[in-house]
Parts: sequence; C-alpha cells; structure tokens
Amino acid sequence: MSEARDIILGRICASLSENGKAGGDEARHEEVEKRLRGHPQGVVPHPADAKQAVVDRFIDKAQAAGATVEKAKQGDVAKAVSAFLRDHNLPQQLRVGADERLEQITWQSRGAPELLSGPSDGNDLSGLSHAFAGAGETGTLVLTSGPDNPTTINFLPENHIVVVDAQDIEFDYEAIWTRLRHKAGAGKMPRTVNLITGPSRSADIEQTLIMGAHGPVRLHIIVVTG
Amino acid sequence: MVEITSPHFKENAVEALSDENLQKAMRHLRGNFTAKRAAAAAALPEFEALRDNARDIKNHVLTHLDLYLEAYEERVTAQGGKVHWAADAQEARNIVLDICRKADAKTVTKGKSMISEEIDLNAFLERNGITPVETDLGEYIIQLRGEHPSHIIAPAVHLNIDQVREDFRRAHSHLPPDRAMKEPESLLREARGILRKKFLSADVGITGANFLVAETGTSVIVTNEGNGDLTQILPKVHVVIASIEKIVPTLEDMSQIVRVLARSATGQEMSVYTTLSTGPRRKEDPDGPEEFHVVLLDNGRSSMIGTEFQDMLRCIRCGACMNHCPVYQAVGGHAYGWVYSGPMGAVLTPTLIGVDKAGHLPNASTFCGRCEEVCPMHIPLPKMMRSWREREFERHLSPVSYRSNLKLWAWFAKRPALYRPLAGLAMRSLSLMGGRRGRFSALPMAGSWTKDRDLPAPQGGTFISQWRNKRGRT
Repeated sequence: MSEARDIILGRICASLSENGKAGGDEARHEEVEKRLRGHPQGVVPHPADAKQAVVDRFIDKAQAAGATVEKAKQGDVAKAVSAFLRDHNLPQQLRVGADERLEQITWQSRGAPELLSGPSDGNDLSGLSHAFAGAGETGTLVLTSGPDNPTTINFLPENHIVVVDAQDIEFDYEAIWTRLRHKAGAGKMPRTVNLITGPSRSADIEQTLIMGAHGPVRLHIIVVTG
Repeated sequence: MVEITSPHFKENAVEALSDENLQKAMRHLRGNFTAKRAAAAAALPEFEALRDNARDIKNHVLTHLDLYLEAYEERVTAQGGKVHWAADAQEARNIVLDICRKADAKTVTKGKSMISEEIDLNAFLERNGITPVETDLGEYIIQLRGEHPSHIIAPAVHLNIDQVREDFRRAHSHLPPDRAMKEPESLLREARGILRKKFLSADVGITGANFLVAETGTSVIVTNEGNGDLTQILPKVHVVIASIEKIVPTLEDMSQIVRVLARSATGQEMSVYTTLSTGPRRKEDPDGPEEFHVVLLDNGRSSMIGTEFQDMLRCIRCGACMNHCPVYQAVGGHAYGWVYSGPMGAVLTPTLIGVDKAGHLPNASTFCGRCEEVCPMHIPLPKMMRSWREREFERHLSPVSYRSNLKLWAWFAKRPALYRPLAGLAMRSLSLMGGRRGRFSALPMAGSWTKDRDLPAPQGGTFISQWRNKRGRT
C-alpha cells in the first residue's frame, strides 16, 4: 500500500491512542463492524400530520419544491405524458431507457410520442424515467442507474417526466435504503442513485432563485395509483 | 497559487467596509439565509434531536476514523474504483494530474469543491496544460474573474449582477453584443448554454464529496444546479477529491446529517440533487464514467484528532455560521484571506496554514455565539476561537501593546482592593464624560474603535457594586 496511506492511518492511530480514545483494538473493530452491519436508524421524522396519507404528502412536498405532479391510473400514463408534452408546446419525442414498466405503456395509435431509446447525448428536449421509489418526507424521487433508466436522462433533457408507483412511495429515506439493500445486496449499490427534489435551480446571482440551471427546467411527476 | 492574505485581515476588513460593490452585494445575504434557516428548522419537530445525533455520529466516526477509512477503501475497491491517499496538498495535486495525464485529458469539468480550493488545484492544472472549467454558476463566474469563492455554498455572493453582466460580455465575446442580458434568468441561460458544451466535451470530471459512505464505498454530492452530476456522469473518468473526515458509516447515518444540511445551509428541506456514486459504470450500464477515483486528503486533519480542535472535523460545510456572523456579514469572505471564511474559517484556517499567519481570524469575533447556536453539528466555534487566542498569546504572536495592556489590567484585576475602587472611579468619570448622549464618538486611545462607531458610556455601576446592591437577587 502507499506510503501516504500508512502515514495518514498511522497519524490517526497515534492521535487516538495518545488520548486513550483508541481503546482495545478488538473492541473498536467490533463496534465498527456492528454499525456497518446493523446500520442503526437514529432519529426518523414522523409525519407532522398523521392523517395525511404518505402519497399526498409526497405530492405536496414535490410541488413545494417546484415539480408538477399528477396522479394517473396505469392505463392513463400514456395520455398524461402526451398531454404534458402538448401543454408545453414540446415535440412528441422522448428519450427513454429500457425499463419494463415504461415499455408496458400502451401509447395511443395516433400522435404517440416517438421513443428514442438509450442514454441521452444532450440533444433531447424531453426524457422519461421510472423512479425506484419516492420519499414523502420531502417529495424526493429516488432513481437508480442502469440500462432501465440511464442517468443522463435525469440531467440532460430540459424536461424530465418521472413515473413513480404510489406503492413505492415511503415516508422516510430509511425505508428506501432497506429496499435498496434488498435489491442490490448488502454493501452494494447501483453505480448512481439520484435523490431528486424538484427541478434544478441556482441562486448564485444576487441570491435570486432561478429555476432551470444545468439540469431539467421542468420536472413532471406521474404517480401511478393502480 | 492562492495568495494568503490572512495576516492582513485588518487591512482587508477596512478595505471591504469601504467597498461599495461588496457592501451592496452583502445586503442580499443579510437576513436571507438566516430567515430561511429559522423557518426550516422550526418546521421539523425532530430538528434538534437530529442535530444531537448528527454530532454523535461524527464523534463516533472520528474516534474510529482509521477503521472506517479502511472499510470505505475496501468497498470502493470491491466495486471497481480506486482510492488514492494524499498526506498533503502537493500529493493530492500530483495524484489528480497523474490521473488526468493517463486519460490524456485536455479539459476537466469541475463540480463545486472546497478541497479543490484548499489544494489550489485549478492553477496547478493550468500550469500543466490542462484546462479546468468550474461548472457551478457561482464558481464559473468567479473563475472568469480570477477570484476565489467568498462563501462555501454561495461562492459569488460578494458580486452584483452588473459585475456578472460585464464578466459575461467580456468572456463570451462570440455572442451577439445586443443579446438579452438584463435579467438574472438570461445570464443563467447563457452560462447553461456555454457550459453544456464543456460538459459534453470534457475528458475528466472532478467533484468534491459531502459524504463518503463506508458501508457501500459511495461518495455523495449535494447540489441544486445539477452541474455536479453532469460533471461526474459524462466524462470517461470521474475523480472525487475529499478530505478524510467526510466519512459516515452507513446510508442511515448519511440521512441523519442530510436532514440538517440543507435546512442549515439554504433553508431547503432537501437540496435538489443528492447523488450517490459508487464505482465506475457497470458492464450493463449505458452511461457513467469508465474510471472512478477517490483522492483522500489529510492535509493536517489527522493531527487535529485528540486536540481541542477535533470538534472542527465535524463540520459539514453548510455555511450557517458565516450566514449568521456579524463580522462575516460586514466584511464578506475574501477579507479572511484564504479558502475558508466566517467562524468556521477562523477556526480551521489557523490549523491548516498556521496561527502565525491566521491569528487575526479568531480575534475577529464579537463572541456573540450565533455561529454555535446555528451550527447543525454543535461545533463550539467560540470556544475554539478562544483556544486560538490563548495559543497566539502563549506564542507571543499578539502585538506588544496588546500584551502589555493586558498584563497591566491583570496586575490590577488580581488585587481586588485596588481594582474595585479604581474601576468604580473610571466608570463614574466615563459616565460623566459621556454626558446626556451616553456615548462617545471619539475617545483617546480608542480612536480605531470610535472611527466607525460610537462607544456606549458605562451606566449603573460596576458588576460587583450592582451585585452587592441586589445581594444576589436578579
């Protein structure tokens, strides 16, 4: 291993043992192993309004963060996507990955959007993704990378439409990590996990908040309710 | 090189106070972040409990840092990434350059990173024929101006829109001169267009990290613009530069701190993009970088463990302390003379560049305590500033007049029978001299104080005499 590695780890150990904080080596190892394996939860916020359903909370929070949100039945997703493009005077053309759930959408025979598959190269006006989950706590979408949902679609097109199943919406992030571990395996992760809360923005000029910085200008969420 | 002007803090501050552009820009800051932070904190009933837990998590990490770093490295390696260790800034710069050269890089896009500033990476890459392009809007603006950030999360907060407009006119001279540039929106669009091309053509993308998760070997960035993401998913090589204390054990631990980060920084409940990156692209992935490198920087941090400055390693760079600091609000970030400013800079800078150079910074505090009050990680900033003052005094670095006056005062203070009547007399005379206004606009030997503000005249007797009169009642 590198010299710098030994120096840094050596200095840390020296600083810790000088102050008697290092303790028994075995006990320290055990404590670290226990935490990494057990991943204790800490303080998990509860919904302030217990009566509000998690999905409604998700919608409220996502809207507060500047996203537009609509609920749709599985059979109406195609209509909702087309309507969004039409309402914003966008061409009926979408960049989309190989997500099965998106492939199952039945597009209308007339005026269906043209689907361009694969990652975005920066020339797409609109992209369509399917979220892995949503967090009602803050109206946050969770997207995982892969051939199903290439990460470039989340950032390059100006308009990002994201479909999320209502049953995949949890209240807190912790519930989502549990599901992610189940999917990817303990200690493993997809290359990229994107937590997205509203469209991109900047306040770097005189603290004036402007929507649409380097990422999407519009984020439209379709919550599938069955 | 970043010129260190911290030894001239006093001159810098005087200049900043009379800089009209700066003072105009700082007015946008005052009250903005503070009100938003207060509202966000109040809206989350668990906020205080989360702060406590966030502090405890980092304390736990710091006393097990060697083990968590090893665990992190093991996970990164297992997923195809590479961890590089850098004991100091020079090593870190060389590692990054080496990676860039192997990738035959000409252009490097960059997400916002304070570590990049700390190791002065941009100037180094330029000297070696590689063009670094800052992509965060604020960072892009100050790179055009040849400046450094004046705030951790709002790097261009010291500028007004007129200045930005002029910079864009100068730098984007290929665009039509009569284009729309009045509104901030049009300037943002312009930067978006220019930077989009840079994102797509860069050979290497360099980002910082808000967290390194040991459990999964994941590095995490938190942004609002999406520039960090385009920086790290488009080029074929992604380099993360992060300091060793960015480690958190698990995704759950990260979530605890994420919940206090944006609320303390911008008052958002959650930043727009929290992105977790683990290793290079997988076999089946259609996008993402082919190489994933992490440069772990120590640069003096390991020696802070076990000292009275260890708590500073809990800092998550939210900027709340500077947003709430009356000194920062008055003079801005550049007066602090190096990379880090405000209260966190006043504590961290002396540890990184030496108290002999940065001794003025911990002195530039009113000790109002707001920084500690709002710090999401409960860092005792005023206490640590006091520790620096003590060290500065012990090392005879403070001015002779200051030291001799303090000694004179201490001589009297240790002799209460003499000190009390004298203090009472001084007080009554000052009170009389202050007259009906009760303030001094000029006072002998306090000219530099009264130049910019009045000194209130003492009123109502000394503390001891009031204590006696009230017999301990409040």
